Amino acid sequence: MSRYLWPLGLFVVLAGFLFAGLFLNPREVPSPLIGRAVPAFSVAQLGAPDKTFSPADMKGKVWLMNVWASWCVSCRQEHPLLVELAKTGTVTMVGLHYKDERDAGLKWLADYGDPYLLSAHDRDGRIAIDFGVYGTPETFIIDRQGVIRHKHTGPLTPALLRDDILPRIRQLEAS
Amino acid sequence: MRHLFLSIALSICALLPAHAEQAPTLADDPAIEARVQHLGEELRCLVCQNQNIADSHADLAMDLKKQVREQIAAGRSDREILDYMVERYGDFVLYRPPLKASTVLLWAGPFVLLGVVVLLLGRRLRRRTVQAAAANTLSADEQQRARALLAGEEKQV
Repeated sequence: MSRYLWPLGLFVVLAGFLFAGLFLNPREVPSPLIGRAVPAFSVAQLGAPDKTFSPADMKGKVWLMNVWASWCVSCRQEHPLLVELAKTGTVTMVGLHYKDERDAGLKWLADYGDPYLLSAHDRDGRIAIDFGVYGTPETFIIDRQGVIRHKHTGPLTPALLRDDILPRIRQLEAS
Repeated sequence: MRHLFLSIALSICALLPAHAEQAPTLADDPAIEARVQHLGEELRCLVCQNQNIADSHADLAMDLKKQVREQIAAGRSDREILDYMVERYGDFVLYRPPLKASTVLLWAGPFVLLGVVVLLLGRRLRRRTVQAAAANTLSADEQQRARALLAGEEKQV
């Protein structure tokens, strides 16, 4: 009898693994940057090319860095949510305008709303490499000391914001 | 109409090789390009995860190849360049995962499985030999009969 149960057991175990695999997101690659200082850079702002932005400017604040581009379809998808979030004034958001033309970016913000305190213009994507960006949009939570605490790859959803991002921000702000 | 088609087809053909020449080779030095190719094969493209960046034409892969090229030109070693990538993208960026506590199962798993199978097979084979040997032995009675039969046969011949 056990001769026949063996393959069945094996099948059940394998099927279990495969079934669990259906609900994993292969795009969610753990970032080695979590818990480390935000990479230093200084780059021109999108809206004011004569001014620069550096993460050091945000010391003492909990802030979100959102990587976006006008060519990025998923960014368009999550954008209304960010605009809503900005209206509540819960958290300061800085955009990293990734591999995009200045004009296209400015037009996009004019068309769909600008939730950002400002956007840093990463024209050639070099800053994004330092952040390990591989799929826009990406959102980083950075604490008062300038340490990256969380990273989300892909568009934010209302549920994700409510259950994951906002609680993390509240916790960081309370500490 | 036919002329129009022909001219469109020809202009497309004329465009194709021009396009091919634009493909990534940027370093003039073939030695550097060989190293870029070699390192590119060690690095995973995170956009199209089952490709390395040497094969991939994703935007990010192009940028990372550019980074590799620049760092080689700046005199960095292969090790340093791989470390640079791992610092930003994690171990997942390496096509060959490093041997660590968290990847031991990945590296040793197949061999452990092979060992277990060989062990099970060995046990089963041994048991079968013992059973076969048991089936082959004759009791004292049977041996005597066999001898008698053999002797009888010999007589008849």
